[in-house]
This record gives sequence, structure tokens and C-alpha cells, in this order.
Amino acid sequence: MAKMIVNVEVNGELQELLTEPHRTLLDLLRDNLSLTGTKEGCGSGDCGACTVLIDGRPVNSCLVLAPEAEGRRVTTVEGLAEDNKLHPVQTAFIEEGGLQCGICTPGMLISAVALLRSNTEPSEQSIRYAISGNLCRCTGYDKIVRAIEVASKRMKANAAIASH
Amino acid sequence: MRAFAYHAPASLAEAVAILRREGPGGRVLAGGTDLLVQMKERGTVPRYVVSLRAVADLSHVTFQTGRGLVIGSRASLTDVITNRDVRERYPIIVESAGLVGSHQIQNLGTVGGNICNASPSADTAPPLIALGAILRLHSDQGPRELPIAEFFTGPGRTALEEGEVLAEIIVPDPQPHSGGSYERYTPRQEMDIAVASAASFVILAPDGTVSHAKIILGAVGPTPLHARAAEAMLVGKIPSGGLIEAAASAAVSDARPISDQRGSESYRRHLINVLTRRTLTRAIESARG
Ligand SMILES: Cc1cc2nc3c(=O)[nH]c(=O)nc-3n(C[C@H](O)[C@H](O)[C@H](O)COP(=O)(O)OP(=O)(O)OC[C@H]3O[C@@H](n4cnc5c(N)ncnc54)[C@H](O)[C@@H]3O)c2cc1C
Ligand code: FES
Ligand code: FES
Repeated sequence: MAKMIVNVEVNGELQELLTEPHRTLLDLLRDNLSLTGTKEGCGSGDCGACTVLIDGRPVNSCLVLAPEAEGRRVTTVEGLAEDNKLHPVQTAFIEEGGLQCGICTPGMLISAVALLRSNTEPSEQSIRYAISGNLCRCTGYDKIVRAIEVASKRMKANAAIASH
Repeated sequence: MRAFAYHAPASLAEAVAILRREGPGGRVLAGGTDLLVQMKERGTVPRYVVSLRAVADLSHVTFQTGRGLVIGSRASLTDVITNRDVRERYPIIVESAGLVGSHQIQNLGTVGGNICNASPSADTAPPLIALGAILRLHSDQGPRELPIAEFFTGPGRTALEEGEVLAEIIVPDPQPHSGGSYERYTPRQEMDIAVASAASFVILAPDGTVSHAKIILGAVGPTPLHARAAEAMLVGKIPSGGLIEAAASAAVSDARPISDQRGSESYRRHLINVLTRRTLTRAIESARG
């Protein structure tokens, strides 16, 4: 089938990518751009390992056809750190032991960052709801929830300092 | 996935022209959360795909008194759930759309796709039928309107004709002294498909009697079902605990459940009794205000 060009902004950089319509956004990220942080678990929307942000909203990149990303803004786990400094959610995951094997982690981080952008003081319940589309076989979730709580407090404190 | 030709027209007119020109074997693509899973896992092999991504004027969610709520077929479930008018005036739609999948799925998926996919367990279908929604369908012959109650013809089958696209879902203005509620049963709280579901919608007359009742059952038949016996039992009466119990039992005989790995026939009948009772109770409470 005919190849086509998809123009998409990934982690702040405009990309012009050659692909085929039956590839997914996940394939584009991993195969065309070697951004292998985003994982493929189930390939069918159930596990959330492939979660990325499109225009700021978390989606399953395994269910997005590559050409559907035309003109959109995509953020992957590789785009969370700024100036070589990990995002506070990433730091909190490391400190709180929010990961074991790590397969679910990139998707978890993306869902967590999306939550904290819209809700700076999430309750435990809203954290659990925000990551309900991200499965983890290892941690039992408690340490992930704790890490997101810690990150939210720290981000709030940092924002308070920055505004003074 | 197998290869297919991909079209992303900029207008609805262009979309239906492509469908006419290319003929059978094409699929319309909204959010893709059903279609991609079917293409990856269930052997669905479209010859071509017509994406609604670039079609202008399909992503709106608007409310206007006298015109009701209009949901464009490319509006995401999240667009609907977070819309202020929908939250204020149609809480039953928020309740049901909020049950679909996860945040990730809601950011991609659409109400239109949920309906056109026509799964017997589709969560937004029973509430929209209960509310009397109208579907605006387009083909190269022009638009037509169809009550959603006439849309579902079997599992995965709808009244959409070859080359037809769902453009908008129109929900009538909220009525005074009305109330609705939707509930589904799933073994897990999130990320699961309904074993059975029920939507109840009632309007109360000034004397407190039920002037209008709709009870729609999901996942207990080839399409969402009208619990007509239950509805008939309610109209003209003052709602009481006993009346609600009787209507819930009547709904059980309206259901046509099957046994599958999600639940046995008798279990589904039990669920319908419970879900009808609960949703009816809540619908009546909110109609009383
Ligand atoms: C992990 C997961 C969990 C899910 N959980 C639920 C759940 O809890 N409850 C539930 O009800 N569903 C659930 N779903 C199913 C799905 O997410 C919903 O049905 C969703 O609303 C489909 O919308 P879409 O825009 O993604 O549809 P698409 O996949 O784009 O389309 C679905 C079908 O409708 C057709 N279609 C779409 N739009 C139009 C149109 N405008 N005109 C004509 N035809 C059209 C397509 O050709 C296709 O056949 C789940 C799916 C996944 C992957
Ligand atoms: S790989 Fe996309 S949800 Fe599992
Ligand atoms: S850390 Fe292994 S799946 Fe979550």
C-alpha cells in the first residue's frame, strides 16, 4: 500500500515521517523515531503501556492509526524531563519505589502527569481513577499511588516558592 | 493489521462521496477504539478507511434551549463528559459515557462510535434511547433523521445504509420534573464491559403521577431493549416502593438474555431486576427534585 507522510510534533520537535496507513502511532514512535520508552503490552487498549499525550490528553497510541496523528502534538515519556532534569513525577517514582520491572512505568508516568496538570491536589481516589487504564503486574499499585501523591505535594510546594 | 487505503476528507460531503465512489468494503473511522481492535484481533479487513479526523464541524457539543443537545460524531467521550451543559442538564449521559474504558479510551472514543459499533453492551446506548435521541445521518443523497430507538437492528448491526455516516446525535431539551439514571453491572469497577445494564427515565405530572417512563435494558438481548411491560405499569401511577418492585419484576420478563462467559441467563435476569429497581428509584428521586 502507498506510503504517506505524516507531520507530527513529538516532544516539541516537528517531524515529517514516512509511514503506511495501517501502522499505528506507537509504531511511528518506536520504529521511525526510536523512542522506545513507550511500550506495547496488549496492543488493544487494555493495558495502557503505550499511553502518550496527544494535545495534552492521554491516549492509547496502539489504537491510533499513524496518519491520525497528522498535525497533532505528541508527548512521550522521553519528553517529560526538562533540561536534563527528571520530571518531579519521575523522581518520586524512583524515590518511592513506584516501579519494579518498569514495563508499565512510561504509561503510568504519562497518566500521572496528565492528572497533575488538571488537578494539583488529587485525592487518593482520583489518582487511582486516573491510572485505572494502566495495568501493573508488579507493584500492587500502592507505591505508584504514593509516588504520585508525593509528586503532587512537591510540585505544589515548588509552585508556591516560584510564585513568591 | 492488514493494509488498506486511507482517506481523510475535509468535509462530510467529501466523506460520503468517497464512500459512494469506493463502494462496499469501507469503514468509517472516528476514535478507532473499536475499529482498531477489530482490525487487529477479530479479522476485520477493510479495503479502505474513511477517517472523520479532518472533517470540519463534527467535533462540537452544543446546547441551545429549543434545539436540545447536539453531539457531533467526532466529539470525544471526554468532550461530552466535561461539557458544562451536559453535566448540568443530562447527568445520565455523563454517567454512562464516564463508564466507557479508561481516560485514554475516553479521549479517543466517541459517542457516535459507541452507537455505530452497536455492541449490545454499549454504555451510551440505553440512556440515549431513554432520552429519545435523534440521529442525523448523511449520505450522498442528503441528510435524514432517525430516532435512535430504531437504529439498532442486531449485534454489530444498525440501520445505517451503505455509504451513510452518522453526523450528529440530537437529544431533546430536558423536561421539567424529569429524571434519569443509568447503571451497569461489571465484575470489575473499571475497564470492563457490562454484563447487564439499565437506564430509567421518567417525567412526573404536577399531581405526582408518572406521565412518561422509559426503561431500556443493555446487554440482555441482541440490541438494547425496551422494557415495555415495565413502562406501561408505571404510567399514570404515583410511584411507590411497591410499584417500583413490580416494574422491576416486569422488566425481567422483557429481557432476552443469553448465557455466556460473562454471566448466565438467570444471573442476568437477577441483575436486570436489581438494576431496574435502583435506576428507577434514582430517576424518580431526581424527577421529584
Ligand atoms: C480497553 C477498552 C475498553 C472499552 N470499554 C468500554 C466500555 O466500558 N463500554 C462501552 O460501551 N464500550 C467500551 N469500549 C468500546 C469503545 O471504546 C466504545 O464503543 C467507543 O465509544 C467507540 O468509539 P470510537 O470513536 O472509538 O469508534 P470507532 O472504533 O472509530 O468506530 C466504531 C464503529 O462505528 C463505526 N463508526 C464510527 N463513527 C461512525 C460514524 N460517524 N458514522 C458511521 N459509522 C461510524 C466504525 O466504522 C466502526 O465500525 C472499550 C474499548 C476498549 C479498547
Ligand atoms: S499496548 Fe496499548 S493499551 Fe496495551
Ligand atoms: S512495574 Fe512491572 S508492570 Fe508495573
